[in-house]
Amino acid sequence: MISVTINGEQRQFDVPADTPILWVLRDFAKLTGSRFGCGMALCGACTVHLDGQPIRSCVSPISMAAGKHITTIEAIENDSIGRRVQQAWMDEAVAQCGYCQSGQIMSAVALLKQHPNPTDAQIDTAMAGNICRCGTYTRIRSAIHRAAGQRTASAEQTSNRNSDLFTEVKA
Amino acid sequence: MSQNTTIQQPSVMLANVSRRRFMQGLAVSGALVMAARWDLAMADDSPNAAQKYGGDAMPHGWVDNPNVFISLAADGKITLINHRAEMGQGIRTSIVMVLADELGADWQLVSVEQAQANEEKYGNQNTDGSRSMRHWFDPMRRAGAAMRQMLEQAAANHWHVAASDCLATVHQVVHEPTGRSLSFGELAAAAAALEVPARDSLRLKTTDQWRYINQLPKAYPESNQQQPLAVDGWDIVTGKAKYAADVEFDNMLYAVIARPPSYGSAVKSWDDSETLKVDGVVKVIALPTASQPSAFEPLGGVAVLATNTWAAIKGRNALKVEWDKGPAGDNGRYDSSTFSQQMQQTAQLPGKVVRQQGDFVAAQQQANSTFKAEYYAPHMAQAPMEPPAAIVRIQQTDNGIKADVWTSVQNPQLARDGVAKRLGLQPTDVTVNCALLGGGFGRKAKPDYVFEAADLSKAMGGRPVRVQWTREDDLHHSFFHTVALEHFEATFDQQQAVSGWLHRSVSPSIYSLFAPGVKLQSDMEVDQGIRNLPFDIPAIQAESGEAPGHVRIGWFRSVYNIPHAFGIQSFVAELAHKAGRDHKEFLLQLLGPDRQIDPRSQQVVWNYGENPELYPIDTGRFRGVIEKATKEAGWGKKLPKNRGLGLAVHQSFVSYCAVVMDVEVSDAGEVIIHRADIAFDCGPQINPDRVRSQLEGACVMGVGIGLMTQITAKDGAIEQGNFHQYLVPRINQAPKQIHTWAVNASNMSLPLGGVGEPGLPPIAPALCNAIFAATGKRIRNLPVGNQLAS
Ligand code: FES
Ligand code: FES
Repeated sequence: MISVTINGEQRQFDVPADTPILWVLRDFAKLTGSRFGCGMALCGACTVHLDGQPIRSCVSPISMAAGKHITTIEAIENDSIGRRVQQAWMDEAVAQCGYCQSGQIMSAVALLKQHPNPTDAQIDTAMAGNICRCGTYTRIRSAIHRAAGQRTASAEQTSNRNSDLFTEVKA
Repeated sequence: MSQNTTIQQPSVMLANVSRRRFMQGLAVSGALVMAARWDLAMADDSPNAAQKYGGDAMPHGWVDNPNVFISLAADGKITLINHRAEMGQGIRTSIVMVLADELGADWQLVSVEQAQANEEKYGNQNTDGSRSMRHWFDPMRRAGAAMRQMLEQAAANHWHVAASDCLATVHQVVHEPTGRSLSFGELAAAAAALEVPARDSLRLKTTDQWRYINQLPKAYPESNQQQPLAVDGWDIVTGKAKYAADVEFDNMLYAVIARPPSYGSAVKSWDDSETLKVDGVVKVIALPTASQPSAFEPLGGVAVLATNTWAAIKGRNALKVEWDKGPAGDNGRYDSSTFSQQMQQTAQLPGKVVRQQGDFVAAQQQANSTFKAEYYAPHMAQAPMEPPAAIVRIQQTDNGIKADVWTSVQNPQLARDGVAKRLGLQPTDVTVNCALLGGGFGRKAKPDYVFEAADLSKAMGGRPVRVQWTREDDLHHSFFHTVALEHFEATFDQQQAVSGWLHRSVSPSIYSLFAPGVKLQSDMEVDQGIRNLPFDIPAIQAESGEAPGHVRIGWFRSVYNIPHAFGIQSFVAELAHKAGRDHKEFLLQLLGPDRQIDPRSQQVVWNYGENPELYPIDTGRFRGVIEKATKEAGWGKKLPKNRGLGLAVHQSFVSYCAVVMDVEVSDAGEVIIHRADIAFDCGPQINPDRVRSQLEGACVMGVGIGLMTQITAKDGAIEQGNFHQYLVPRINQAPKQIHTWAVNASNMSLPLGGVGEPGLPPIAPALCNAIFAATGKRIRNLPVGNQLAS
């Protein structure tokens, strides 16, 4: 029996100690918001927070979480930064298929906790482990700036929300 | 088409003898019945059939009955059905927006329901070919308008007044003379009981009455604040969105399969003694190898079934399988680098002529100078972020045996028919529930993984089985994007104008998946950029050279347009450079005066399934996107050292796209993309923000195609196993800025074009042309990889 706290709730799992946290979450805790993309810490789709730190749950054995706190996408709206990031993702209409976005959001929340005013370079560094095959990166950058409350030149520049399209639509 | 070729070409038979007869032949051979369905999706060109185009030509066509898509409740809530697959293009929002707008619904009261597979009821559901909005905008408008008129009629009946005095506004009907009103909810039951008005009596909204269609969403400062948010947006950011692997049945088993490393190889023997020791492993089952060509049949292999995914993965890791390469034949020795050399040799010899205009040989004889170049584009895997997954359960019920499927597929009806066939059931006994797709890009148009789950559930006596593909499975066993060698020759006349153009394309065909011995590209494939070349050149000759498929070849977002556009648009830039001309001016001159070319005059057969009269090749629209992209990018401006602009344009899926990339190459050979300017003309844009997001996404994927993405094979096996070997762009490699520019976005005199795919083909050539401008180094082999390292 391994005992962990998931999203504030104490849970016990009777699984082999080497079972990755991802599969405990998905197949045993029935929390399917954390996604399986590669299983080798290469894509970030499975990112969760372990005691506040972002980890790739697909390669982290459940034994590593014994006695610790796991936060998943399902509970990130209880966090004030988490909520802001989710809202920014909505405002920027970031998601396409959405499959990577749980992991993107968990990485973005961790970034903003460390750097409340991130530069583009800091964003690139923090988010480079999260693949989006749909290619939503420019909107992810804009959304992170937005969640940080930055209306900097950089945020404006990378924003997809200039009026390029609209002028033409109305023409 | 040339009559005197000596090369045998089975695919020609498909197009010219009778496609319908060919399909009947396929249907007889069981496994290949799938191919017939795919082929039916193309324009039916058999001589006796009335020529059909667009949505009319698709299996089960379209449906515009409002009662199929709209249900009104007495409390005012409205449920709208989306019957197309959602894979990130936003169709669940866009289709419903069209219905809701014509209907006059208040978005706050609308909910969306995803249709199960049922083409008899909903019309065609095969979500590929950038067709959803192009084929469904008109039927959805009619369905919405019909229901609106039924509500108005119901109100008129209630008040005993003329229907012409009753007007639906937002979620209510107003009696104009008196100002009385009834809500949609109050009218729901009475409206539903009325006859659906005839199509010719429908009053569609005028464009100025649209509240959602052709509007920008709330987040844009200029928005009218009415355009709805993505229906799945909040579910996605809270992790509640359901993809195939998020669904579970009681007593379900989790399966992972060891598949043959080479296409066609079989299981010789296996040892599962260690596997069965793994905690949670329940059973190991060997599956038959599909005979080649395998169409959408599963590859076979050995399946490990367990009580959870991790146990199944561990069990497979512990499995020892010996493979028999014999049945794979040449595939068991497939080496992609040797193959590229073979393709290059083939490209030196004449191929099968697929378009001939003027006399290229004479142009060569009279030429002042000639220029040749060859371009190579490798295999790729679609690699959607969500690897394939499917669940099947078979149950004995009071009404006989029924199968339930949960999966994410682009073509649900194909999954339904295929599962029914292999289980000996009727399609009506099979329910296919459609989860969201975590990306598709063509991979999930092939439901082999659904069939695997059906076979395993059957083997387990009907117990629910979820088949989970790992990333390694996805990369090793995809239906790969083709590999291509594009050979070009051009002649310049005495005035330094291009007088002749030869394009010889050597590339395995997707048809090799469906019929034995196919070595030449099909009509559909050469119609993706080769035949429909828009240039005003006196002598144009296009040829297809033989290349067999040694892996499963399948469609990948924008398909053969990728290598064809890369070759054509790189070669044009090289010609411009050789002629000492500005690339943009040279390209515009090649396009010639604004005109509409009948694709049939170019020997085009397919035209993306669209009516050539409605959808000609419009050189003015080419010019329009080129002018827009170059203007916004500041074409011709002075740039610092090691930095350059590159241009490319391409028409595909009846839409036009031009791109200018602003690229810097560091001394170490690293490519930094400062900015992409994308001008796009797909005619009217129904959901402009989702059009924009598709262009942004295609741009990023195209940067990958240009810089890093490739699949290679050695000794018959794919060399890339996961994202450390199969490289796709990450945020730090993506363009710093992507600017999209719409052309003709509100021009309702144009028919709708495709959106999901046409943004992709021009990216890699624009990128490579920019690299040339920055460094003087010409990239002829994709991807760039370390070719720029000094
Ligand atoms: S699934 Fe864990 S990093 Fe990809
Ligand atoms: S939104 Fe589809 S993978 Fe990121």
